[in-house]
Amino acid sequence: MGRTAVPVAVVGVTSRYRNFLSRALLGAVLACACVTLSRAAVLPEDRADMLFHSYDGNGVTITGPSMLVRKSFATNFSASANYYVDRVSSASIDVITTASPYTEERTQYSVGLDYLHDRWIYSFGLTKSEENDYVANTFSIGVSQDLFGDLTTISLGYSLGRDEVGRRGDPLFYDEVARQQYRLGLTQILTRNLLLGLSFETITDEGFLNNPYRSVRFADTSSAVGYSYEPEIYPNTRSSDAASIRMRYFLPYRAAIHGEYRSYSDTWDISANSFDLGYTHPLGGGWILEGKVRSYSQTRADFYSDLFPFSQAQNFLARDKELSTFSSTTLHFGVSYDFLSNWRFVDRGAVSFSYDFIQFDYEDFRDLREAAPTPGNEPFFSFDANVIQVFVSFWF
Amino acid sequence: MMIKKLTILFAIVVTSAIATAGPVSGPAPNFTLQMLGGGQMSLAEHKGNVIMVNFWATWCAPCRQEMPHLEALHQRYSPLGFTLLGVNVENDPAGAQAWLEETPVSFPVLFDPENGVSELYDVIAMPSTVMIDRQGNMRHLHHGYKPGYENEYQNQIRALIRE
Amino acid sequence: MLRIAACIVALLFLSACSIQPWVRPYERDNLADPIMSFDRDPVSSSYMHHVYEAREGARGANGSAGGGCGCN
Repeated sequence: MGRTAVPVAVVGVTSRYRNFLSRALLGAVLACACVTLSRAAVLPEDRADMLFHSYDGNGVTITGPSMLVRKSFATNFSASANYYVDRVSSASIDVITTASPYTEERTQYSVGLDYLHDRWIYSFGLTKSEENDYVANTFSIGVSQDLFGDLTTISLGYSLGRDEVGRRGDPLFYDEVARQQYRLGLTQILTRNLLLGLSFETITDEGFLNNPYRSVRFADTSSAVGYSYEPEIYPNTRSSDAASIRMRYFLPYRAAIHGEYRSYSDTWDISANSFDLGYTHPLGGGWILEGKVRSYSQTRADFYSDLFPFSQAQNFLARDKELSTFSSTTLHFGVSYDFLSNWRFVDRGAVSFSYDFIQFDYEDFRDLREAAPTPGNEPFFSFDANVIQVFVSFWF
Repeated sequence: MMIKKLTILFAIVVTSAIATAGPVSGPAPNFTLQMLGGGQMSLAEHKGNVIMVNFWATWCAPCRQEMPHLEALHQRYSPLGFTLLGVNVENDPAGAQAWLEETPVSFPVLFDPENGVSELYDVIAMPSTVMIDRQGNMRHLHHGYKPGYENEYQNQIRALIRE
Repeated sequence: MLRIAACIVALLFLSACSIQPWVRPYERDNLADPIMSFDRDPVSSSYMHHVYEAREGARGANGSAGGGCGCN
């Protein structure tokens, strides 16, 4: 299938996208030079948030805290820090059919600094994520500027990541991933009640991109069940583009309606679309209600298959359901209550609760817990997930 | 090569920027607005004093941040021939009235719900402050507020009082 | 598609140098309302982005900054 040609094509595509993004960057900076009257923008608000999150779906339970503190200092600086933990207890379908249940903990630390100068805000960030078999390090920079009477905000961002991949039970296993992200964002005030946001992001990955524990299956008449497993083989590069448009409209009785559309495609041949539609309604007395619907669909990676015809059928093999053809629908409900206002050094305090019900329906990933007369005829897999968030926020 | 291009462009941008405060000239246009507590007040009433007109709104965080400093300036310099006028630009004065009940100020607060005066003074940032001298001419214009601006205000008020 | 969109955006900037703001700073009261923020609770939204990114093939183009009171 000519898979050896893929890496070269990917490199060509990567530099083409990098070129036009750098041209867009130059164009934006040129445009900024036109505006002669200089006025300052505003740094993000000072706040502290403490979140407890819980995900429960497909036999996987992940819970943990996320804490964020942001404080401005020396007039022009704002610093932030985030501490996040995922405690994973997993007996998912992948685990049940090919491995044994496990528990794991992932901890992530992030720090950021924003510097305000005239109309520009410069941002720097560092993130480190650690679990027993994977360490991810990311460095980010960004710049944003308000233009044209502060009706337009343009932002550019770049991130560089270096990951270290290990494998539990195999101390000799070691590999790396290099990641780069390029972001372009635009926010435009259209009317006194309508906001528009556009966002473009290109991500390139290079290195060991698959999962060291996952396998693919192939039809094997010598096996009792009719199929056997072998390790997955992924390309060692991936380049993706995503573009999104979002709008937010203020309704006269004080409420907001918002929508978003995102389009995605990558060099693994995955294309995806997502639609969001939401409504935020303040009730008075400090209560705010929010409801949202999200619909997502994607088509499979070109080297994905639920069942390959024989061993080593292709140069690249994957059976990760994340790369399959599937759709998901989310129903979101959130409520928050302002319980504190102008108390000592605290401007505002709020407690929030949200619940998301996510349904995943796979179209070419089969549920191997169900037996079938012949392999490749098991029912398609689907599952529901419940996500709960409870958090307290203070603004000061 | 790209870094060189970027450096040149950034240099152009930086040198093309002008300060956030600047001198302004010409007679200050007169206006008459409703006052907090009832009645009306016009700018012409205060001719002979140094006048500082501050355009603000309750929904603007830097405006709220600036208020205590404006109050301090008014308290300090009004015996010396200085007046501070706060012009609230909100379409519905009720919000400002409620906020002022919680955080009262001693200087006159005027309401410009139709935004006629904001247009007249070409308010292009929130908050905006205009310094007017004893002859009724506009002398300084400030856009926005960041901590430290109140020192500039103080220097300019002192200079204008001494004239 | 991406390239065309980015070019349109760049052209918009270059041509808009002489445009006067059609929403005056004192008309931004509704936009300054917290419910009009694209990202009211960053801890919560970054968590949900992580939930989706870990289970879906798509990634990126999640955020945007700006809007709001436009003060200063």
